[in-house]
Amino acid sequence: MAEGLSLPVFDYTLRMVALGSGALGVVSGALGVFAVLRKQGLLGDAISHAALPGIALAFLLTGSRSTMVLVLGAAAAGWIGTLAVMQIVERSRIKEDTALGLILSVFFGIGLVLLTYIQRVPTASQAGLDRFLFGQAAALVGRDVALIAGLGALALLVTALFWKEFKLLAFDRAFGESLGIPMRTVDVVLTSVLVLAIVIGLQTVGVVLMSAMVVAPAAAARQWTDRLGVMVLLSAAFGALAGVSGALVSSMVERLPTGPTIVLCISVIVLASLLFAPNRGLVWNAARRYRSRRRLRVQSVLVDLYALARQHEHLEHAHSTAAVRAMSYGRGGTLASLRALEQRGLVRRAGRDLWSLTPAGIREAESLLAVGDREAP
Amino acid sequence: MTAERPAIEVNDLTVAYRDRPALWDIDLEVPSGVLMAIVGPNGAGKTTLIKAILGLVRPAAGQVQIHGRPYEENRRLVAYVPQRGSVDWDFPTNVLDVVMMGRYGALGWFRRPGRRERELAMAALEQVGMAAFADRQISQLSGGQQQRVFLARALVQDAQVYLMDEPFQGVDARTERAIVALLQELRASGRTVLVVHHDLQTVPEYFDWVMLLNVRRIASGPVDEVFTDRNLRLTYGGRVPFIAAVAPQGTGVGGDGRVGDGSPGPGRLAGEAGVAAAKRTADGSER
Repeated sequence: MAEGLSLPVFDYTLRMVALGSGALGVVSGALGVFAVLRKQGLLGDAISHAALPGIALAFLLTGSRSTMVLVLGAAAAGWIGTLAVMQIVERSRIKEDTALGLILSVFFGIGLVLLTYIQRVPTASQAGLDRFLFGQAAALVGRDVALIAGLGALALLVTALFWKEFKLLAFDRAFGESLGIPMRTVDVVLTSVLVLAIVIGLQTVGVVLMSAMVVAPAAAARQWTDRLGVMVLLSAAFGALAGVSGALVSSMVERLPTGPTIVLCISVIVLASLLFAPNRGLVWNAARRYRSRRRLRVQSVLVDLYALARQHEHLEHAHSTAAVRAMSYGRGGTLASLRALEQRGLVRRAGRDLWSLTPAGIREAESLLAVGDREAP
Repeated sequence: MTAERPAIEVNDLTVAYRDRPALWDIDLEVPSGVLMAIVGPNGAGKTTLIKAILGLVRPAAGQVQIHGRPYEENRRLVAYVPQRGSVDWDFPTNVLDVVMMGRYGALGWFRRPGRRERELAMAALEQVGMAAFADRQISQLSGGQQQRVFLARALVQDAQVYLMDEPFQGVDARTERAIVALLQELRASGRTVLVVHHDLQTVPEYFDWVMLLNVRRIASGPVDEVFTDRNLRLTYGGRVPFIAAVAPQGTGVGGDGRVGDGSPGPGRLAGEAGVAAAKRTADGSER
């Protein structure tokens, strides 16, 4: 655990934690984009859970606790789990979501049984494999960070090389096949780098919550952009931000598991993106709806005033706010609408609480009504 | 390209989903340079036929030859326009990028599309009247615009044979005419075009070749020879009404609009009402 909290830059543990979790956030964020666009958000969950028996078996077979060995075991098991999902979908009538659920729970169950067994073996009791459940960032050392960075760089390099094939796979697989591109192979390559991206995060984030690092940054990034390249970069940045901040917080607090902390951080980013992103954000949409509703209300008050005036000899006849309000069936906001119209020079105050149309207001009302007529069948 | 061999030759093609045959023992020869409609009721296997020719579904039996060579050897000569609804149009990309996908096969591994691909894509967009939309996010396109983007994507492949799955589905009349003009241009330049089509009414007007399909091949050949009342009856059975008036004259077509359902009333569906009936048959879509 890190006691020296003063200056993170000089603290070895914190530096390793920040580097390692930042790197894993970049890789899982970037690769997660393709999983999300292919509507395979659950695949990350299946891979990470399926990796657990691999970690346990790697330890049982080699007796080694080195991260390299355990991560390789995790990768092998995660990969086998994914291929099993593909085979089930291809060869049986079981649909993909069911196959994912099956593989996830069966592999995870085997993993838990093996972990419990390892805890009972006296010589192995100190293995500390349970850190792979919820993650423990503070346990990261230089060798682990180098492994994360190395495998992560490999995953990103492959993604850059197969960029257009991955894009085609996500957008229109059948068309890709008609071009003569072996899309099945491309699928296996993409899934393999996704496995890589996931297993390098297991030690820090844990198998239980690693899928959040695959899905959440991509979901947040999609809110902000309509371009695939930008989405991948943004998602990588969000992943890094959540990874670093979550891991730093958890490594500064004794016995705080890293996985849940990182997931809380990425959740904040997702929530902010869902709410505030332009065009797709909920707040943005609500504001747009509010503006158009207010515009309609102002227009209808103008037309109401026009209808009232039509009952008099000249159209600039003044009416009270109450008279206009009575026409609007309790829509509310009548006075505010009248003031807005006054500001635009369409209506003027003809006395205390009396309103009349200006010549411009009459023209505007008539053109609104004319448009309405044209649209009527 | 060998001109004397047919553009497409299908022999003994059978495709089964589970134990149900979708296509049964199909033989088909399509000469080079024709514009051919594939028509048949829902579930007749029209989409499956196109996918089987392209190797997208694995046939239980049969071979496909393109210009005299097995499909695998000549697949570069073939371009595919899938159903518009087969992709997610909310994908984060723009029109130009989708059209450039048509060049990915020719580009090969590890090479990014560059200036040449951009120019080809712009030229194709020009051809379909979508050049102004090159930078548009694809989720903002109307159905007809999506369809034209898919056409442009196939055009950049500069293929000899075009296979199109319902290119008129959900497009307005003006776009339909523009697409037809484009298909006829392709034919004029010697290309072979196969189109899964639903509107029997327009078959004689748009196409010069037709295949009637209902799991088995009922008939195929020039429209004025095989698009007959008898063949339509055989294809659609008694279930789907259509007008006999759409068939060309002099092929023994009666005035009886309803086919095979045993109801009386000859001529009841002729003329305007018949057109409406034929349009109704065009509404269904199939997977």
